[in-house]
Amino acid sequence: MIISIASGKGGTGKTTVAVNLALSVVNTQLLDCDVEEPNAHLFLKPEIANSVPAYTPVPVIDEQKCNWCGVCREACAYNALAVIPPDGPQKKGAVLVFPHLCHGCGACAFLCPRKAINEERKEIGVVESGRCGDLLFVHGKLKIGEVMAPPLVRQVKRHADSGRTVIIDAPPGTSCPVIAAVKGSDYCVLVTEPTPFGLNDLGLAVEVLKKLGIPFGVVINRSDIGDDKTEAFCRNEGVSVLMRIPFDKDIAVLYSKGIPFVREKKEYIKGFRAMFDGIKRTLR
Amino acid sequence: MKICVTSEGKTIDSNVDPRFGRCGFFLFINTDTSEIEAVENGSAAAGGGAGIQSGQLMATKGVKAVLTGNVGPNAFQTLKAAGIEIFTGVNGTVREALEKFKRGEFKSNAGPTVESHFGMK
Repeated sequence: MIISIASGKGGTGKTTVAVNLALSVVNTQLLDCDVEEPNAHLFLKPEIANSVPAYTPVPVIDEQKCNWCGVCREACAYNALAVIPPDGPQKKGAVLVFPHLCHGCGACAFLCPRKAINEERKEIGVVESGRCGDLLFVHGKLKIGEVMAPPLVRQVKRHADSGRTVIIDAPPGTSCPVIAAVKGSDYCVLVTEPTPFGLNDLGLAVEVLKKLGIPFGVVINRSDIGDDKTEAFCRNEGVSVLMRIPFDKDIAVLYSKGIPFVREKKEYIKGFRAMFDGIKRTLR
Repeated sequence: MKICVTSEGKTIDSNVDPRFGRCGFFLFINTDTSEIEAVENGSAAAGGGAGIQSGQLMATKGVKAVLTGNVGPNAFQTLKAAGIEIFTGVNGTVREALEKFKRGEFKSNAGPTVESHFGMK
């Protein structure tokens, strides 16, 4: 079973919930798919056994074979190619490749009628895997300045172990990297906080999950601050509140030291297990 | 000679659009016959690569010069590869720009004038 942890708003406690859930339930694997700023390892301090560079293919044009027909350009959904037609017999045409716009889908190379496009690997980051006690751990780290998070997210997800409960720590937001992270999940936990900001972005995340058809529930973090509008939203929308984590000084202190709070506050292990059992029941 | 002026509207009395890749309309003008073709910019709202798409259109249409406000790095690269002259800092109406161009008052650009995504602001 795959459970992804997402939010909408950043800083609501996705990683906190993902890490503590992963430590509370047996036979789990944590995939940190927040590849732009992975930080679950700061809590788990896993022993990294494997570090593999991640690549995405970018097109390289074989000038000898290309006749500037433009099929590649028309195929590219991201405008990563421009084809300059030849200007008379003296001036040859040209194909320009803009690698930072390329999503590595391969359509151009596949569709080229003259097989004039080869694919070259571009390094976008690294996938590291290891373990933290019984917990299996994998994360992706996107290179600074690299924009293509989704291919790296998908490469992290390829490590998903079907024999375990897989917990995915998703990036914040509602765009491509989030979709890449939560897609294929059996269930998604949305972590929010009861503030106007948390609620606004929770609403957006709910829209996304409805569109993707992934069942979901909400964890309200710092549940005793802010207002009751988040509770009201969940009631009105028929969204179940899976757990409430109070704004507790002990939790904040442990967080500041990089210690997952279930390690010290064992009573929460029961809470996370109950949430997990509830999710399993929902899916049955 | 065929040139293109980025425009906010469809007519020669519209204002020059200061953006290249994300302008409202392209006015293709034959400077010899004064014939005008207005093309709505299909890439104005593209997620990315609007400058490349627009540069591509210039190449496909066989334009020799582009008159606009600003050009970003991707559009610049595309236009340069197609051997198209780029004149930036152009303002006022398209008609005024065309007259100034015919009098040789513009100097062509050696590099892009704005960074990527400028036209999205």
